[in-house]
Amino acid sequence: MHEIVIISGKGGTGKTTLTAAFCALAADAVFCDADVDAADLHLLLQPTIKEQHEFIGGSKAVIVAERCNQCGVCRGLCRFAAISAELVVDQILCEGCGVCVDLCPEKAIDFPEQLCGHWFHSNTRFGPLVHARLGIAEENSGRLVHLVRKEALQLAEEENKKLIITDGPPGIGCPVIAAIGGASLLLVVVEPTLSGRHDLERVLDLAAHFKVPARLLINKYDLNADMAQAIEAAASERDVLCVGRIPFDPVFTRAMVQGQTIFEYAGAEERQQELRTIWTRVLAALPKDSEQCLTLKMYT
Amino acid sequence: MKLCIASGKGGTGKTTIAVNLALALGERAELLDCDVEEPNAHIFLRPEITDTKEIDTQIPLVDLSLCTFCGQCAQICRFSAITVVAKKVLIFQDLCHSCGGCTLVCPTGALSEGKRQLGEVSTGHKNGLSFLSGRMRIGETMAPPLIRQVRAQADSRKITIIDAPPGTSCPVIAAMSGVDCIVLVTEPTPFGLHDLKLAVEAVRLLDIPCGLVINRADIGTDEVYRYAQQENLPVLLSIPFDRRIAELYSEGKPLVEALPGWRETFLQLYEDIDQLTQAHKEKVHA
Repeated sequence: MHEIVIISGKGGTGKTTLTAAFCALAADAVFCDADVDAADLHLLLQPTIKEQHEFIGGSKAVIVAERCNQCGVCRGLCRFAAISAELVVDQILCEGCGVCVDLCPEKAIDFPEQLCGHWFHSNTRFGPLVHARLGIAEENSGRLVHLVRKEALQLAEEENKKLIITDGPPGIGCPVIAAIGGASLLLVVVEPTLSGRHDLERVLDLAAHFKVPARLLINKYDLNADMAQAIEAAASERDVLCVGRIPFDPVFTRAMVQGQTIFEYAGAEERQQELRTIWTRVLAALPKDSEQCLTLKMYT
Repeated sequence: MKLCIASGKGGTGKTTIAVNLALALGERAELLDCDVEEPNAHIFLRPEITDTKEIDTQIPLVDLSLCTFCGQCAQICRFSAITVVAKKVLIFQDLCHSCGGCTLVCPTGALSEGKRQLGEVSTGHKNGLSFLSGRMRIGETMAPPLIRQVRAQADSRKITIIDAPPGTSCPVIAAMSGVDCIVLVTEPTPFGLHDLKLAVEAVRLLDIPCGLVINRADIGTDEVYRYAQQENLPVLLSIPFDRRIAELYSEGKPLVEALPGWRETFLQLYEDIDQLTQAHKEKVHA
């Protein structure tokens, strides 16, 4: 079993558009949208939801007025400035640490579990999709990312699929760390800009930190061909090879507006041909060593 | 005036708007790069950095000679960051949220507080414009405490312009909460609109006035304009797709410095933001 995770460091480089294109190309794979904060893959894959599950992300403190004697101990204990002078817990600022709950002398603080989002098992025209929706302003995105990847892996094992294609989140923080751990290969989509280069270096540092192999894909390379060259050189110094370059082409947006992947859109033959070649190179880059393959064990 | 530039979707042009707005306002403003996972504002601003400080958060340290292995520390920790097995105390630093609970409940004083590096905050300036930038340590998972540290250092006498991270989860809330106005930057594509709707939900939750900047305004569809009208969100600025702008961006060159007319455009944007903020304040008072 292999899992390819598509990430970018910087947002908006074309991760999801390209992930959807690869989903259209990959026969016999399970798809996973691990960008649970601003999930977009469903806009192109248009899933039919088969199962919906609740994601319980943790608890938050609620002071019960009838039991509270206004001593204010909780407010002094809270490191997140979540308790107001009127002794009301701000549900957005509350970190869910439970310190006030345990140490309230009157046991006046409840700690109800929070519904932080939902996750789904779905069918798409290319294959099964596991995806999620984190609630607005919620925490624990890393846990939800972990959960959808685990479910995708379980599904892949059950259905005897050999590949998982995962659309990752931007950045280098908790959801990204949860999205790349144990992956077979990272495909890093970068744009040829100074910001893109800066962010790429940080995300490659992260990949090296967690020892996950990576490949580079340069999108919109012709917006600055010299920068694309420099980025490719900088990546290859870290043994991260480039699997291809895609020019800026409004056809990607036009296909997106139609809710289509580039492989379903008429008049995009050149881009389709390039992406086929790139996909062959991505598959060739997958580690052969069975030790680098995924197993459910890594989640237990 | 505290102002936050945010967006649901990444790569829509937050940093472009934040940097150009800050440069147009010059010494009246302070730019805070709170996209601490991938900070980019310095690339365009090229500021003189005068100071860089390491930012830490608290984690527990155990003195085994005082520990009775009672396990109360593990019991209070909701993040599985500390466990007691037989005659061992295991501390998983990266999972610790620095709530201090374990140290508080330890009956023998075996736990004290040490630190874990979250990242660093740099201070600088460019022609009178002040600049603060947070940069998260590679491998660190928690952005919000670092974002709060960047914001804590802001100069309250200046117009604060915050460049937020993408998304709608906790790091974005840490960057947006308590500001006077939020500018959401989007692009008129299905992805842009979908993520904009999420961002608007977050802004409404915080009850902060909000306007839109539509970038690459002529790609995609006009659905975002209909949405803006429906939701009563003012479109403060539309920037058409222009290869020249994209090339300048790729080279890290700010619009207000490279192309004529943009300084005035961004000063006007600030006036419109200010007006929106005042109107909201009056509505709240009424």
